[in-house]
Amino acid sequence: MSVMVTDTSRVDRALFVTGAWVLALIWVLPLAWAIWSAIHPPAFVTRFDPLAPLTVENFVGAWNAAPFGRYLLNTVLLVSLVLGAQLLLCIHAAFAFARLEFPGKSILFALVLLQLMVTPDILLVRNYATVASLGLLDTILAIGLPYFASAFAIFLLRQTFKTIPKELDDAARVEGVTLLGLIWRVYVPLAKPTILAFALVSVSHHWNNFVWPLIVTSSVETRPLTVGLSIFATTDSGIEWSTITAATLITSAPLLVGFLLFQRQFVQSFMRAGIK
Amino acid sequence: MHRDWGHAALLLLPAMVLLFAFTHMPAIQTVIDSFWSTPRGRRPSVFVGDANYRRMLADPIFLKAMSNNAVYAALTIPASIALALAMAIFVQGRIAGRAFLRMSYFTPTVLPLIAVANIWVFFFLPGFGLFEQIREALGLSPQNWIGQPATALYAVTVVSVWSQAGFFMIFYLAALQNIPDSLREAAALEGTSRWTFFRRVTWPLLMPTTLFLSVNATINAFRTVDHIFVMTQGGPNNASMLLLYYIYEIGFRFWDTAYAATLTVVMVAILAIVGLGQFFLMDRRIHYK
Repeated sequence: MSVMVTDTSRVDRALFVTGAWVLALIWVLPLAWAIWSAIHPPAFVTRFDPLAPLTVENFVGAWNAAPFGRYLLNTVLLVSLVLGAQLLLCIHAAFAFARLEFPGKSILFALVLLQLMVTPDILLVRNYATVASLGLLDTILAIGLPYFASAFAIFLLRQTFKTIPKELDDAARVEGVTLLGLIWRVYVPLAKPTILAFALVSVSHHWNNFVWPLIVTSSVETRPLTVGLSIFATTDSGIEWSTITAATLITSAPLLVGFLLFQRQFVQSFMRAGIK
Repeated sequence: MHRDWGHAALLLLPAMVLLFAFTHMPAIQTVIDSFWSTPRGRRPSVFVGDANYRRMLADPIFLKAMSNNAVYAALTIPASIALALAMAIFVQGRIAGRAFLRMSYFTPTVLPLIAVANIWVFFFLPGFGLFEQIREALGLSPQNWIGQPATALYAVTVVSVWSQAGFFMIFYLAALQNIPDSLREAAALEGTSRWTFFRRVTWPLLMPTTLFLSVNATINAFRTVDHIFVMTQGGPNNASMLLLYYIYEIGFRFWDTAYAATLTVVMVAILAIVGLGQFFLMDRRIHYK
């Protein structure tokens, strides 16, 4: 009897491990192929010869064929601008919702939460008109502006601020610390893990964002990497596949390398940001 | 107390102004726009009542986009969630190569969807891509996966599932960690099979996470269309047209802003229903506790 149980559980276990590995291989295959084709000459795109010569030509070719350096700079500027503005605006707003009493508070907060569902990138046409009327079309500011007031950041920070003991407020106020001083020197340092979590989510989201930047940008000086890549990959000029995958990797590499180096923080941050 | 009011107003003002300017005002304005015509050249916008809505209900592309979006949602939501749960269970316990497995599952999440789509386009290329080489080896005829109406929507679906399942996995991992070991030990003592334990204990305890992920997956099914731009552009013959991509086409290819506003109203309505659904479901869950 006991022999039979161990037998079935051993088969069970083997199936379990096989399933895990098959799934992982399917999940890793596309990226592995992309790396393979990017570091080998075009002739080896689908010939998996372990002795195939290595090359950086594809990266050089992609880098020279389109202004990826400029796109990269634009993306870095964009994600820094968005994150900076989000933190500045949302830390203050979150503090007001967490610690101050004022009329209409719950209605205002409900209005903030509405943005979790109806995000600015659904309202493309109207927001385009707004940005155009402000004379901001084709600027990096225009790509970021609709996302500055982030309901997600306000919600997340409010939850964190609420867990900070109120005695700290009173102590600080007795010491004569101003309200802004209290926020920046007591609340912000204590909310650091949440801020870091939000920062990672925000940076990866805006690094990868595509549709809105596509609509509001029209020149090399403003286009982020995602838009630049889509233009590069869809022009029918007979570009080799290996060049396109090299460009694809250039676009994703900074975030990917960051993720592989700080895997634990990434996963924990996404988890922290997702659990309400 | 009243000093608080002034402070609150100052702290909230910048964020609230931007929030209203880019979320609430445009949402309201979109509803208004949907009852007016698109201004063209010197012809100003005029009130047209429900004409845009009547046009929409008679528009075969809109109806196609809605049915596509329904199919797309019906496939991506359960597939992403089931795979995410499998991944979480795989890497939760002790298993050889656990760190590698977890990394493999999660990595697609950090790639831009536009880049992911580029890579997958190659996989689907007729006669050339990797799928095709496998088919060829099996003696099957070449297929143009993203270029033929019968398969384009499914090709797009596969890419969406691949890119989001790993993200959902981490929520299940977090939830699994919260299931007390004592339950597992008790079940082992009772001789409960692994499957029974999953069905009777794990699955019910994961219900709140499943619900949360279902809402997220539903929103994504309507809100994420980046890969459509690279892979199919809604084609061929609208076979992979999704609602948000159609809004983009009407609004920014044909510059028909009034009709685009009408379509956007449908989008907002769908997301509002999902939001309300979540609110009430979550509410019931709290009463359960």
